[in-house]
Parts: sequence; structure tokens; C-alpha cells
Amino acid sequence: MALLTFKGGVHPPEHKELSNRIPIRDATVPKQVVIPLQQHIGAPTKCLVEIGQEVKKGEVIGEPTGFVSAPVHASVSGKVVAIKDVPNAMGRMVPSVIIENDGKEEWTQLEDHPDYMKLSPEKLREKIQKAGIVGMGGAAFPTHVKLSPPKEKPIDIVIINGAECEPYLTADHRVMVENPKEVIEGLKIIMKILGVQKGYVGIENNKPDAIEKMKEAASGEPNIEVVALQVKYPQGAEKMLIKAITDREVPAGGLPMDVGVVVQNVGTAFAIYEACRYGKPLIERVVTVTGLGVSSPGNLRARIGTPVGDLINECGGFSNGPMKVILGGPMMGFAQFTLDVPVTKGTSGVLVLSEKEYVPSEKYGPCIRCGRCIDVCPMGLMPSMLSILSEKEFFEDTKEYNLFDCFECGTCTYVCPSKRPIVQLIRLAKSLVKR
Amino acid sequence: MAVAKKQQELVVTVSPHIRSEETVSKIMWTVSISLMPAFIMGVYYFGPKALLVTALCIVSALFSEWLVEKMAGREITISDGSAFLTGLLLGMNMPASAPFYIPLISSFVAVAITKQLFGGLGYNIFNPALVGRAFALITWPRAMTTWIEPTAAFVGMDAKTTATPLGILKEEGMHKLLEVFGDKMSLYTQLLVGHKAGSLGEVSVIAILIGAAFLLYKRYITWHIPVSYLATVAVIAWVFGGKEGLFTGDPLVHLLSGGLMLGAWYMATDYVTCPSVRKGQIVFGIGCGFLTMLIRLKAGYPEGVMFAILLMNCFTPLIDRNLKSKVFGARKEAGK
Repeated sequence: MALLTFKGGVHPPEHKELSNRIPIRDATVPKQVVIPLQQHIGAPTKCLVEIGQEVKKGEVIGEPTGFVSAPVHASVSGKVVAIKDVPNAMGRMVPSVIIENDGKEEWTQLEDHPDYMKLSPEKLREKIQKAGIVGMGGAAFPTHVKLSPPKEKPIDIVIINGAECEPYLTADHRVMVENPKEVIEGLKIIMKILGVQKGYVGIENNKPDAIEKMKEAASGEPNIEVVALQVKYPQGAEKMLIKAITDREVPAGGLPMDVGVVVQNVGTAFAIYEACRYGKPLIERVVTVTGLGVSSPGNLRARIGTPVGDLINECGGFSNGPMKVILGGPMMGFAQFTLDVPVTKGTSGVLVLSEKEYVPSEKYGPCIRCGRCIDVCPMGLMPSMLSILSEKEFFEDTKEYNLFDCFECGTCTYVCPSKRPIVQLIRLAKSLVKR
Repeated sequence: MAVAKKQQELVVTVSPHIRSEETVSKIMWTVSISLMPAFIMGVYYFGPKALLVTALCIVSALFSEWLVEKMAGREITISDGSAFLTGLLLGMNMPASAPFYIPLISSFVAVAITKQLFGGLGYNIFNPALVGRAFALITWPRAMTTWIEPTAAFVGMDAKTTATPLGILKEEGMHKLLEVFGDKMSLYTQLLVGHKAGSLGEVSVIAILIGAAFLLYKRYITWHIPVSYLATVAVIAWVFGGKEGLFTGDPLVHLLSGGLMLGAWYMATDYVTCPSVRKGQIVFGIGCGFLTMLIRLKAGYPEGVMFAILLMNCFTPLIDRNLKSKVFGARKEAGK
């Protein structure tokens, strides 16, 4: 059977072999955690603690200030030693709470629910909201908001995103192999909340062990189907995933809910299960530490707030002449200037590119209009024209070429033989054009 | 390695952080290599003169590129292969008997004027090699339409001049063509292999197709322009090409003759001067085919490939603007 997919896309070298067979292990809990008070898209949180205050593990330290927001919890027990601005993965300064770990690992009171499936949808949603769960694939959009679609947008399909289409990353892969039951339970909770009868798990075909485990875990669930997807970037982009699995096209400028679909990442589904079953807030996540620039790549379950430098050290430190440290994958991740930046809810990987993998990208040539970017653009745009217009500062004209439909996946820039910084030129235009 | 120590040296750039291995110069050199079978066949049929004409074109192309870039204070890009490719293509579009100054001057027109003065690689409106050839044809009409007979023998004797198959077809008709080449089978075979008069790189259709197949396999070109171009030529040749009325033309003679194959696979597919969206490429190919046949059947020249492609080059921006790619999830506008 032909594998499901979308039109366009590319297949960069995967490099998943560096870490896809290495079981998840717990990262050493750091002496000090740095917890940004905003780790999600939406309103920031209000700080609830003061310097000197003792906090327990799982205690709320940042309270949401709106509906589109998510609480932030202490990931260790200990004392608040500072509240200050620290750079996040995007290089922006974010107010953060710094907690000195007392090593006691003392939990705050958690609400255990062995019979969680008997809870009402409202109650389940509330537990997810309280646990501070956000999309863990990278976008970090508050999950309870996605699970509260307006009445006029009926949802009939839920998809768990196990594509993990970014090269190198294997965190979701390992979660599916090691915790398939929990991921399926997470999916069932989402389906219950939304009153949906049909659930899918979409997995790229380069993870046969994950597909097998997930199929096994879903074998008793007639409403849940595990589907294999073609290995192609950006297969895990929501719109592409929905197209591949349901053949529904999210309208330009629209959201998945416009076609009756809600997509959640594998890690998010796992966190949802833990929140509903044990009342556990989102204070840790699986992070792939990989790339030829790190001695022994692996998949670590790290506390939120762990500095990425600690994770690199834990994986044997640098090797092969490290050139770039990237949070996220190589296609959409952010290069870091400091290793003090903490792991947050949206950190899927720490990628260290070595001299061997590093490509300098300062020098580029004119567009030769070869059309490769047009062929691969998953959104059907003309990145060549967008880049030329932006380069020549005809910013307003970029709107005619559907500027705002670009979700900056970087596929065009990957294939460009002139090595043009197409995505960056598009970002520039977006920031200068009024919608 | 200690983590803290290294931090100072980290490179910070925007995503994506990996790039494909494709480069402009790799494309240009690969296309040049794919032209070798056709070029070698040209040298085989027309001797060292073919080699000389092409070499002069290439040298002049590289020099022109260097000169303008030097004068304009731009980066010297002669190693990217694009000027080499233009020179090679122009040489292959010349009769092997062209006197030395024609390749030198027309290659300068191709690279210095058509390409560099419009802003260099990526900015030219017209296919540089074809402008060079058009310039030569208009400036030296006799030299550019004097064809020597293919000999295959590497001997110093002066080859006889003769007419191209399309010239014969235009002036005297199909019966004369059959008289010259024997029967129909032998005509097609010789047209295919390349034993005919013509520009030195266009004669061997089979060699051109080998190169084109390689480019298709490498995905450096796609079928859209060549196939729509050739199909249009075939249909028009069949319907209007015969002397005995509609539907009596011989499409194969038209497909296998003149510069059509070289033009359809190598000149019309020039990235810079053809549309970049697939449906636009099909329109472009059909336009090229229509204009080629209009010239071949109704205009003063026996061959129309060059002017057809150059005319369609003018329409490229218009086609690209009006036939944009289909945006994912684009809403259908009401009433359309």
C-alpha cells in the first residue's frame, strides 16, 4: 500500500540512527533550575513566589493571566534564590524563577485518579489546564485551548502526531516505543473530551518499531488506527499531517478545527495521560541530545529548567569540533549563543552540529528561478518570488504571493541551489508588512 | 571537551541549519557534461572546425563574463559554469563553417550584453545563447546559413556546402527530401543519428536525447516544457504541414529536424528565462511549439526554434504572474 503523505516536501539525511535505539533515561536533576514564567504561546504567567520562599516539586509558581495561557510549576523542591530575566531558546529575555534544588524531591499534593476515564470531559480538561500542558512538538500552544473548540466547529477526528519529521530528533520515537499504552490512553482522554469517535496515530515509516508497538497498544481499540506515513519533511506539520491522513485541506489562514480535526503531539498525549491519571503537572519532558558534535547522543527525561549545557555534559560533552548548538531540529530549531538556556516545555531536542555537519550560510547567490522551492513548498507557495520581492524591498507585493501562508518550515531554503536565505527574507517581509 | 569553554565560539544563525548539496555550479557543470554526447557527434560529423567554433564561443563567453564583472566591480563568477554553458550552447548552435569572428563576437553579445548588462545570472530576460545566435544570424546571414555536408571523415578537404533538411522541405518539398535521403526509413534514421547538415550540436537527435534523459533522471529538468513543446510541433506539423491539404503533414520530419530537440530540451528549459510553475511551463512549451511552426510553415526562415523561444521568453514574467502555484487550502472564490 502506498504510504500516506502530502504534495511537496523533501527528505534530508535523517541521522536518527544516532539516538533512535537508545532508551530514555532520567537526566541528573540539576542543583539549580531556571524556570521561565512564559514557556507557551499566549499570555504570560504571574509570578506567585518570592525570593527565599520554599517550594515543593509540582507547586504552581506562575499563574496564568488569561485563558490562552498555562501555569508554570516548580520542577524540583527547594528554595527560590532569584527571579530575573534570562534568555529563552529564541534569544528573548523572559522573567524566570531560579530554584535551588534541596535534593529532597518532595512533591506537592497530587490528585490521583485510577478511574480517570469516568471523569467528565470538563473535569479532564480542567486537569490538563492545571497541569500546564502545552503542545510539546515545539509550538507550545496551550493544550486546553485546543481542546475547547467553539461550538460552531464540530470536531470528529483526533490525530496524535508521531511523524517526528525533523531530522535527528527521536524523543517522540522513544516515547512511542517505551510508553505506547500511555500515549494511547492520552489519545482516548482527548477523544473523550472532544466527544470524538475516531482517533489516528500518524507515524513516519522510518520508525517501524514505534509503529508496531503503537499498533499493539491500540489493538483493543476499534476507534483508533495507527497509520504509517511517508518519510518526508515536513510531514509532521499539522496541515500536512491532516492532509495525509484524512485528505482534508485546512483552508489557507485557517486552523485544523476548521476541518474538524485536532492534532496533538506524542509527548503531549503522554503528559495528558499523566496529568489525568496521577494529577502530575508538566515538569519534565523527553529531550533528544544528538548530533555528531556530542560524544554519546541519547534521549533524556529532563526537568524543565535544566540548562542545556548540563544535558550536553551528561551525554559525554562536545566532540568533533562543535559549531552550533540548536534547540529543536535542524530545519526549524534555534541556534543558541549560551548554554545556560533552560529546557522548557517545548524543547524537543538539543542538537549539536559538528564541523562535519556544519554548513556556513552567509554567502548566497541570485535566484536562478529553477523552481525547486516551488516544487517542494508544502503550502504551494512561490518562495522564489517571495525572496526576490523581499530582497528588493517590495514588501507590500509579497502579499500577492500569499506571504502569510508560509509557516517557515525551511524546506525551500534547504533545497535552494543558490543557498538563498529564503525563510529569513520571508520573515523579514512578514515583520514589515501589515496583515 | 569542556562545555563552558566552547560556548564563546558557537555559531548562531537562523534556521534551517542544514542545506542540500545542490549548488548552482553543480547544476551548470552537470548540464554541460550532459551536452557532451551531442557535442561529440557534432565534432564527429564536422571535424576539428566544430571543435574550434565551440572553443572560441566558450573562451569569449568566459572572457566577457570576467570583463563585465571586473568593470562593474562585481564578484567574478566564471567558475560557476554558467558562462561556460552559455558558450557551449552557443557553439553548438553555430554552423561548423562559421569564420572565427562570429563565435567571438556573438558570444560577447550573449554573455556581456544579454546576461551581464541585465544584472548577471538570474536577471536576464532572454536566453543568452539564443540572443547571441540571433545576433549572428541577422548580422552575418550568409555565413550563418551556409551549411557543410557531414563527412564523418577527419580529413582536411573542403567539405561541400548543402542545404538543411528543413531548408529542402521549405524550398522544394517532401519529395525532394526523400530523393536526397533515399526512402522514408532512411530519412528518419539519418535525421535521428545526425547525418545531416545543420548547426554542429543540433544534428544528432539521439545524442541530445541521451543527454536529456540524464537531466530528467537527475531531475535537473522536467518533462513539462519539452513535451508540451514537441507535442505542439507534432500536432501542427501533422495538421498543417502537408502540401496535399489538412492532416497530411509529416510530424516526424519536423520533430527530428533543425534545432528543435536541442531547443526544446536545452534552451527552452533554461531556468532563468522560462516560467517556474509547472502549468506555466506547459503554456510556455505550447507557445514555443506554435511559434516554431508558424515560422517554419509561414515565415521566411526554414527554422523557427530560436525566435520562438526568444519570443516566449518575453512572456515568462507574464505567465509566472498569472499562473501562480496552487496554494494549499486556497479557498475557492465565490462565482469562480
